[in-house]
Amino acid sequence: MTTRIFGSGIRRREDPRLITGGATYTDDVQLPGMLYAAILRSPHAHAKINSVDTSAAAAAPGVVAIYTGADTDGVLNPIPCAWVPPGADLVAVAHPSIAKDVARYQGDAVAVVVAEDRYQAEDALELINVDYSPLPAVTNPEAAMQPGAPQLHEDAPNNQAFHWVAEGGDTDVAFEAADVIVKDKIIQQRLIPNAMEPRSAVASWTRATGELTLWSTSQNPHICRFLASLVTGIGEHKIRVIATEVGGGFGSKIPMYADEMIASFCSMQLGLPVKWTATRSEGFLSTIHGRDHVEYVEMAATREGKITAIRTKIYAGMGAYLSTAGPGVPTILHGLIYSGAYDIGATKADVYGVFSNTTPVDAYRGAGRPEATFLVERLVDLLAVELGIDPVELRRKNLIPKFEDGHDVASGITYDSGDYEPLLNMVLGQADYQALRQEQTRLQESGHYMGIGVTCYAEICGLGPSQVAGAVGFGGGLWESAIVRFHPTGKVNVYSGISPHGQGEETTFAQIISDELGVDVDDVSIVHGDTSNTPMGWGTYGSRTTAVGAAAMVLAARKIKEKARLLAAHLLEAAEADVEYVDGHFTVKGSPDQTKSIQELATMANVAWNLPEGMEPGLEASAFYDPPNFVYPFGTHLAVVDVDADNGHIVIRRYIAGDDCGPQINPMIVEGQVHGGVVQGIGQALWEGAVYNDDGQLITGSMVDYALPRAHLLPNMEVLSTETPSPHNPLGVKGIGETGAIASTVTVYNAVIDALRPLGITSLEMPLTPEKVWRAIRQQQGS
Amino acid sequence: MNIQLTVNGKVQEKDVDPRLLLVHFIRDDLGLTGTKIGCDTSQCGACVVSMDGKTVKSCTCLAVQANGSEITTIEGVSNNGELDPVQEAFWNNHGLQCGYCTSGMIITTMELLKKNANPSDDEIRDGLKGNICRCTGYQNIVKSIQAAAEVMRS
Ligand code: FES
Ligand code: FES
Repeated sequence: MTTRIFGSGIRRREDPRLITGGATYTDDVQLPGMLYAAILRSPHAHAKINSVDTSAAAAAPGVVAIYTGADTDGVLNPIPCAWVPPGADLVAVAHPSIAKDVARYQGDAVAVVVAEDRYQAEDALELINVDYSPLPAVTNPEAAMQPGAPQLHEDAPNNQAFHWVAEGGDTDVAFEAADVIVKDKIIQQRLIPNAMEPRSAVASWTRATGELTLWSTSQNPHICRFLASLVTGIGEHKIRVIATEVGGGFGSKIPMYADEMIASFCSMQLGLPVKWTATRSEGFLSTIHGRDHVEYVEMAATREGKITAIRTKIYAGMGAYLSTAGPGVPTILHGLIYSGAYDIGATKADVYGVFSNTTPVDAYRGAGRPEATFLVERLVDLLAVELGIDPVELRRKNLIPKFEDGHDVASGITYDSGDYEPLLNMVLGQADYQALRQEQTRLQESGHYMGIGVTCYAEICGLGPSQVAGAVGFGGGLWESAIVRFHPTGKVNVYSGISPHGQGEETTFAQIISDELGVDVDDVSIVHGDTSNTPMGWGTYGSRTTAVGAAAMVLAARKIKEKARLLAAHLLEAAEADVEYVDGHFTVKGSPDQTKSIQELATMANVAWNLPEGMEPGLEASAFYDPPNFVYPFGTHLAVVDVDADNGHIVIRRYIAGDDCGPQINPMIVEGQVHGGVVQGIGQALWEGAVYNDDGQLITGSMVDYALPRAHLLPNMEVLSTETPSPHNPLGVKGIGETGAIASTVTVYNAVIDALRPLGITSLEMPLTPEKVWRAIRQQQGS
Repeated sequence: MNIQLTVNGKVQEKDVDPRLLLVHFIRDDLGLTGTKIGCDTSQCGACVVSMDGKTVKSCTCLAVQANGSEITTIEGVSNNGELDPVQEAFWNNHGLQCGYCTSGMIITTMELLKKNANPSDDEIRDGLKGNICRCTGYQNIVKSIQAAAEVMRS
């Protein structure tokens, strides 16, 4: 072992099982005697439940049991919200697993059927007779706060779930002193995450031991266990949660859902394993949605183009209930990052969390930061137009200068490290920005509308210091731990509480440990996803898995090396100070043949025939890592679009993503994360958006109606990077899972508006569908 | 109803409910869970299998309609543990992340390349219209398919 494998794009060890159909996802789990649950969901967005008649359904073939809210009431505790930002008067309304008296959104669970197979369970759903009295519904978060709006919860007047304000610097003074102010109203439309694997749960209750095993499509099995314990009342030590192969999450598999608890309840009642798997349409209604802001935003600046302040008022839709991390998203993950990549003296976020008769809203890729980046970058473009300055030059003028160890921004957070301008220059060079501007002018003369969007961003991820988590009302810690264990043959297992579900960390973490311990990468296996054989950890989201989870592994590996050195000195009969470590070998200084490999030492430590006085057998260590700060990746993205004025069609001609996530463990995987994130962000700009009608019916309730990005609509992206290490974690790494989605929505949006500006169009609501663009153009031409 | 069909080279005879979907037959009755279900509207392609040499969305076909047919699922793509060039190419080019769309993507690719051994990127993207991937942004899937095409041509 002489070469470092950190930094090499080796192919993923996860793939052999995935490309051969050999992986086991939750719905693939089969247990003897297993029954199937199907959940009846309210067809009304808001309705009083007068009665639920299950008699006909109970008599249907194969039906084993039917439960309603009357059965779960008092047995299952309410589904908790686990993020309560302080000082925000948050109303933690009770969220029952099965609605008993009132259904508050289309998709709210009303009853569950357990049957011998899926078909029988589905059939029986249709025989349940629910007597509803429909109530008026409201779905728009701003409308929900107006006087006279339908009210969802008695204890939350005006549907206000919370009111959170964060101000840094004095925005009033800055706005009063401003030469220019630009404003906009932005609709961050509601998105539906749509991980390709539908949510699923298999609950298996063992009556004799009082133990619950729950296979769950979760990004964070340990949090799932923690919350399942609160809901079911079973001690955590008697619950085992297994997140086996998980088919994507993007935030939608963070929350504790009612459905998993309903499946658990059924298994506990019946003493048999019960499987529930969402159909896709069911997922559209019952899996969390993302974004859903109505925003009033403004930016203050000097005539020369120095940005001095940003101020917002935001109505953030929370849905009918507060999902697990929901309230943290439009507040902590949004309102503290308004400085973006710029030096801005004052920022203020004034955020109302609002209940509406809709599916609960929670973290969706980027969670709060795409919304923040969008409003900042949209305002910068408006300012550029207002001042007649090239948007890139305006950005450059305001960039935070290079810093290596800490930069305080107005909101009170401290960015770790950054060097923004080189990446901006690199992206502009790759694009040949000046030539593009010239081409744009030329094309415009011939009636062709091309636009360029450029985004500079900095984001906050790698969640995060536990002390801060506590201070901002997160109902848990945000450290990670790891156990690194050498087996007698010198092979290594690493046990971690993180839970990757597509990010390839079984590979990247093996790369890291291989380097740290000087053993072949194939001699290292990463174990994750099962609470029974992994140490407590807070899971995979917020681009934290590597920055926090891998850091814990590295610390454990370093402890092991210290022990191995003592053992080597003992076996080589040398003084400890004389033993050198290089690439997995401990060697006596000046005597190259007096050497032991760490794998030999592992054998010796495990057999324990000859250990130094007082040394415990075995070669393993555990470590906890609680990061001192978040990490702050940054970058520049650029999009070039062509808009066909005749039909409103938008083609993304080029997309260049320049990101800095610190040192890259596996560039191939980093690039894949960028691709995926960028395309999800493009989806928001151009195609995706949940639509409810006035009654609160989800009109975009299937993949036919909700437009997900497809291969033929997308360009090949160009991916660039720089590597600025974070000063505060052992690997210097940041995060890359969300940057694409954080930057790309506004990049494409700004490019489209840039193309349409000569036609007199300066603002449009997303998604920018051809029809919407075409109508806007027609309207301008008509006026 | 009694049906007989060949799945991955093995003859299967079963008595099935006439309304049973092929995908459930494959997954639940035969235990071949590599074929996935990603939607209920024939949109996503996670369930794609090859039936008599043609790609079929197995969520959109009844098991009884497959009577007498020859089906290949992802489990039947590799030959005695030896990966098909398409599988190998997806592996080499990071053509998957969570893997949920992958079985469908691979089977779709196999037919695509059978019809067009030297496709352009646009032709590949067009051929993937019926398959949704939420993870990769498709770019490395296109790259994988190009790589597979190249190997298969040589
Ligand atoms: S499951 Fe067959 S197309 Fe989606
Ligand atoms: S790899 Fe996850 S859906 Fe394609």
